Amino acid sequence: MKSLILRDLKLAFRSGGGFALTLAFFLIVVMFVPFGVGANLDLLARIAPGILWIGALLSCLLSLDRIFQLDWEDGTLEALATSPIPLSGIAIAKATAHWITTGLPITLAAIPLGYLLNLPQQSYLWLFASLALGTPALSFIGAFGAAITVGIKRGGLLLSLLVLPLYIPTLMLGAQVASTGTQNPTQLLALVAAISLLCIATTPFACAIALRANLR
Amino acid sequence: MLMNVSNLNCLRADKLILSDFALSVVAGDCVILRGPNGAGKTTLLRYLAGLTGDYTSENTAFSGHLDGIKSTLTVRENLSFWAGIYGFGNIDPILEQLSLTSLQTRAAGDLSAGQKRRLGLARMLLTDADVWLMDEPTVSLDTATSDVIIDAIKTHCAAGGAAIISTHIDMDIPNARILNITDFAAKQSDHSDPFLMGDF
Repeated sequence: MKSLILRDLKLAFRSGGGFALTLAFFLIVVMFVPFGVGANLDLLARIAPGILWIGALLSCLLSLDRIFQLDWEDGTLEALATSPIPLSGIAIAKATAHWITTGLPITLAAIPLGYLLNLPQQSYLWLFASLALGTPALSFIGAFGAAITVGIKRGGLLLSLLVLPLYIPTLMLGAQVASTGTQNPTQLLALVAAISLLCIATTPFACAIALRANLR
Repeated sequence: MLMNVSNLNCLRADKLILSDFALSVVAGDCVILRGPNGAGKTTLLRYLAGLTGDYTSENTAFSGHLDGIKSTLTVRENLSFWAGIYGFGNIDPILEQLSLTSLQTRAAGDLSAGQKRRLGLARMLLTDADVWLMDEPTVSLDTATSDVIIDAIKTHCAAGGAAIISTHIDMDIPNARILNITDFAAKQSDHSDPFLMGDF
């Protein structure tokens, strides 16, 4: 599993690997908001957590179809499925590599971008914590969607339709944690972490079933 | 005995194409699957590999039409990755055996069709599986590269392994068994819709 994660990281950073695309997309989405909304600092401060979370979610969505599709197309997935690693293990490795190349850089980039959106000082820590604990759910739910749509050429629309509704709880809670005026961010943060843990524990098995069905 | 299959029914797109397939493979066996296009050779190999159906495959390694090669990684990186997956140690002897040593730093995307196929075969050598399941391993290859692959299969069988290969060419492998899978072809009425047959 370690070599699968390392290989996926290596592929992501090589040309055409998608790492730069995800991060660039996140930067563009967030940086364009002040231009669209105007220089109203109070308004920006109020919507900053929501914008950062929506940006994170959309950039994550952009790279989801790469999780299994490329391995499917060149026969790697078939070979992996007949290897000693169980399919659920493959799904864990793939989703983890996806998180390291999307969720983690997005979490780190959100801090300077928060400054751009006039994020209140006391919110930085909460924003960082909510993204760090919430983005694993995005990767694992996304891997499940990617596993279901793996055999479909240009299945991006179907993948989005499948995955976006499942993202809503994470998005709502995650953005709320970092919003000012939230009374009990710790409890909400615990819920975000719970969603991530639930996804990490269950979606790999669902992925395995979906991959098995698609490999037939 | 390395593999013993009996009463295997193979479906393709919900249609029964092979019924009551039976095969026993012992060490040193090389089974050549024959049959016209569409007879079910690929389907059968996928069943035997455990990719399709309920058959629990043990101790097999499967190589399909695609080689599972990443074009942006070098030859060595590609092979090291599979070595990590199968828990294999030093890959240098494998590179040497398939004359890939001089190509090891080249990106796999720049390889020729034959070189890619050799790299694909290298993955089989990394597995410690006894039974190799190979789907047309020599397709689109010249005689020299085909010989490299056939030699690897011979070596594997001589070392106590076995291989089940679907191919249309004559492979010069001593003691190879030819298995014509049309012998197991299912009668199509076996699986037809009772409604359409007027049984209801």
